[in-house]
Amino acid sequence: MKADPELYPYSPYRGRPLLRWPGGKTVAVWVAPNLEYYEVDPPLNPHRKSWTKPHPDVVGFSHRDHSNRVSHWRMADAMTRHGFPGSVSLSVALCQHHPEVVADANARGWEFFSHGIYNTRYAYGMSEAQERAIIEDSITTVRAATGQTIRGWLAPALTHTEQTLDLIAEYGLTYTCDLYHDDQPTEVRTASGRLISMPYSLEVNDHYGFFVYNMSPRAYADALIRQFERLADEGARSGTVMCIPLHAYLIGQPHRIGPFERVLEHIAADDRAWITTAGAIADAYTEQVG
Amino acid sequence: MSLPDTYLTYSKRRHGYDHDLYSWSSIFDRAPVRWPEGRSVAVWLCVSLEHFPLVPGDTPFRAPGHMQTPYPDYRHYTARDYGNRVGVYRLLDAFAAAGVTASFATNAALAERVPELIRDVLSAGHEIVAHSTDMNGTIATGLPIEKERALIAHSLETLEGATGARPTGWLSIARSQSWHTLDLLKEAGLEYCCDWVNDELPYRFINGLIALPLNHELSDRQIVATQQQSADSWAEQLEDGFGWLAAEAQAHGGRMLPIHLTPYIMGLPYRIGAVERLLANLTARPEAWFAPGGAIVRSWEAQQ
Repeated sequence: MKADPELYPYSPYRGRPLLRWPGGKTVAVWVAPNLEYYEVDPPLNPHRKSWTKPHPDVVGFSHRDHSNRVSHWRMADAMTRHGFPGSVSLSVALCQHHPEVVADANARGWEFFSHGIYNTRYAYGMSEAQERAIIEDSITTVRAATGQTIRGWLAPALTHTEQTLDLIAEYGLTYTCDLYHDDQPTEVRTASGRLISMPYSLEVNDHYGFFVYNMSPRAYADALIRQFERLADEGARSGTVMCIPLHAYLIGQPHRIGPFERVLEHIAADDRAWITTAGAIADAYTEQVG
Repeated sequence: MSLPDTYLTYSKRRHGYDHDLYSWSSIFDRAPVRWPEGRSVAVWLCVSLEHFPLVPGDTPFRAPGHMQTPYPDYRHYTARDYGNRVGVYRLLDAFAAAGVTASFATNAALAERVPELIRDVLSAGHEIVAHSTDMNGTIATGLPIEKERALIAHSLETLEGATGARPTGWLSIARSQSWHTLDLLKEAGLEYCCDWVNDELPYRFINGLIALPLNHELSDRQIVATQQQSADSWAEQLEDGFGWLAAEAQAHGGRMLPIHLTPYIMGLPYRIGAVERLLANLTARPEAWFAPGGAIVRSWEAQQ
């Protein structure tokens, strides 16, 4: 174990090289729906329990299943109505369990990156060979289901090892969503290959909004609008990134989706917003910094 | 600690679920549901009537809301009992004023301890849903199957004895089940259970039991007690939810808004006004069909 992860050099928010987004936009906005499958009876990882209750954890499991029966389409339709593509954080086994959901996202033109095999199988304790296996599984599974080659990674249930970022860079992935140190894309130090840290967000993640900060639906919507306004203002100096990470079973509940749709309306009506995907942001960044 | 390679084998990675309890469908692909009287949103009020013994049980787990201090926890015992003496009567009056009927998910112990409350619930036209024995009657994997079977039987027999009718619906404490529960409920003659929160319309389990999802996210326990939002915010959230569902129903068929209430939470003097205003606003909506769970299940079943 090391006390400093040595993932990137320190770089203060002042005096950075200018980043410019296409069309003179100041803030790149990307929406990251987590399309997940949680197993009802997963094997135990000794480092972390999947469910807080003995299996079956009826509320834990069925709450998340709401995404795949009801709220995915509610969330996705609201995004489509206002011109927001998804960059999907995908439990790739969803391609087997509910290919209907994956096909819906693919038909909307959404981008896919890997969020592991299941959100109930954690990387903690994996050997390098095991971690390679889940990366290779992710690449082949998503390619077979969607025709897309994944370019990004968000570790399953945010479980990492010291080798995770080196490995995904070696496999040619472009970006990681696992690091939360900045509002702009940054370079990640890896053993080989190039990797960009794509700003995702814990703080405005709907899970944090509703279950860490206990926000009401309208308070969460207000937080997103404030986040957007500030990043759009600051992006006039150097382009910023705003990610809205979502879980349909949270944001797609009947009492939350209405206030959330008003956030999408607000952002779509602001001509400072570049509404795009994680991959397109990575490309625009790479073109400028070389 | 390293992981065995079996951690990377996925024996249930297949089309559909990794269990055989119910099958998959999207609510947006199903034949549209039509509720009675041309209404499009079924509003299901469900009140939990709970008796917390002064000595809490932890087998298989301690129920939410149960005793917390060293014995004797007069603080929580009486604060919960307030719900059954005072809070529930405020809710009954609010329902009567709004002209609506509800489900009352009732611990069987209350039928023995306070039959006058049960009579008042029934005489107002409400439905009794079986809600275990008392708040020590929790269910989870680890509870021996014979004990679970006996718990369900005792709940149903006690409620049947007190009300003259065997309940057709079941709500587990904290919506918690074991692997056996669905089959034991079916075996006991129940028609529906409210524990699974994965859908917004009834659906059928493989064993024939019907699921009537009682959305925990919309409950007063979640919004007010756990997330600590105000009663007014709770009411606003439910009105926002109703508005969304009414609009969605125009394109996709009938929808359902479950409103799960706890007398010791929403029956407080400073919160009951929000309940009354919510009921007034929702009963004024032409789309709303207020109905107990059993009536919603029967209407849905007749359309399948």
